[in-house]
Amino acid sequence: MLTKRIIACLDVRDGRVVKGIQFVDIIDAGDPAELAHRHAAAGADEIVLLDITATHEGRATLIDTVRRAASQLFIPFTVGGGIRSAQEAEAVFTAGADKISINSAAIARPELIGEIGGAFGAQAVVVAIDARRAADSSDPVRNAEVYVAGGRKPTGRKVVDWAREAEDRGAGEILLTSMDSDGTRAGFDCELTAAVSEAVQIPVIASGGAGTAQHFADVFTRGKADAALAASIFHFGVTSSRALKEELAKSSIPMRLPC
Amino acid sequence: MIAVIDYKAGNLTSVVKALNYLGAQTEVTQSPDVVRRAQKIVLPGVGHFQATQLLHDLKLTEATREAAAKGTPFLGICVGLQWLYVGSTEAPTTDGLCHFNGRCERFPATWEGAELKSPHVGWNSLEQIRPDSRLLRGISNGSFVYYTHSWRAPVSEDTAAVTNYGGAFTAAVERDNVMGVQFHPEKSSETGLQLLKNFLEI
Repeated sequence: MLTKRIIACLDVRDGRVVKGIQFVDIIDAGDPAELAHRHAAAGADEIVLLDITATHEGRATLIDTVRRAASQLFIPFTVGGGIRSAQEAEAVFTAGADKISINSAAIARPELIGEIGGAFGAQAVVVAIDARRAADSSDPVRNAEVYVAGGRKPTGRKVVDWAREAEDRGAGEILLTSMDSDGTRAGFDCELTAAVSEAVQIPVIASGGAGTAQHFADVFTRGKADAALAASIFHFGVTSSRALKEELAKSSIPMRLPC
Repeated sequence: MIAVIDYKAGNLTSVVKALNYLGAQTEVTQSPDVVRRAQKIVLPGVGHFQATQLLHDLKLTEATREAAAKGTPFLGICVGLQWLYVGSTEAPTTDGLCHFNGRCERFPATWEGAELKSPHVGWNSLEQIRPDSRLLRGISNGSFVYYTHSWRAPVSEDTAAVTNYGGAFTAAVERDNVMGVQFHPEKSSETGLQLLKNFLEI
């Protein structure tokens, strides 16, 4: 049976994994390569590395980090953050990434999705969408809006429409982050995730709001997500993928349990 | 030396990295001569079946057929498995190697009355593993492997294991020295590494 995926996300700055607490204090959570291996050994189904400073800093640190993290990693490995061209994507693939994630660059120039997909296959292109509910709208979920530039800039585009366009242009997966839920640990936005999942055929990865095992169960059932991503709860030993998966398996969510 | 055939269908880094990690020497190649004299051949590949047209154009099809006939172990991965069949509805005018019977087809839009999402992406289990499979030695039914594909090969007498998604399809195929896997062993953690190790030891 096809299982639901638990994806560990590493936010990386200057070659170190960092985690913001209440969006302010950035805490050093360790070496990306070491953490990627630790997550894989603990049963994570996939690793996502997001370079949160890629737009401001040189690329050399990131490429080196990707190479080190990928060198002994034998589960799918996605890298995102500041990739703006097929050439930049190629450098990341060559360093050992299996998929790249693009966000602002895809909104700015949607052809980029097809360009990278054409060269490396649709399965290698994850389109990341930062979404915020349209609080003042009659239908806040259907009218949820896409934000770019690290969630600072509204685009005027509806999330569901953009997800459909990304699929049509050859995206392999959608990584949907709810900005309303992100950092709250109060649960994923299941309604928004379900709306996107029903609108596209490609897998939808839910992100933002993970706090408990029940939150994951909810987003896999009510939210119809194919995969769920979390960063903060996996660091500092708050919980491991293994413990989370064992808990979810008890709730009859199909899981790949580590042996 | 293991010839890893490069036909511009996606990224070979992960496959080469996994083979090297297991101690194998690899040569990424488009040369029919390298394929003919290789100790083993790996044909990776993701993406569109149309990409395999380059194998015909570069005369790699004949080289592979000759190497297979003299007993060189061959492993096709993903589209590399699909190429071993007669062809695929994804690119009807491009022939496969025709080593195995059957044609690859897309997942059905619905299965057992419900919508079936396609592509099939993620970890799914191996079932009905053929006990005599050399490729799957030491791997038990229910082991999980990583998939990402929209077309699949039919189940036949050469099938070495199946996976169920919209019905059973060929997860692994094996007849003597010619084998293929629809999943990505290089991304399938311990199970995938075991399979690659088995292939290297054949």
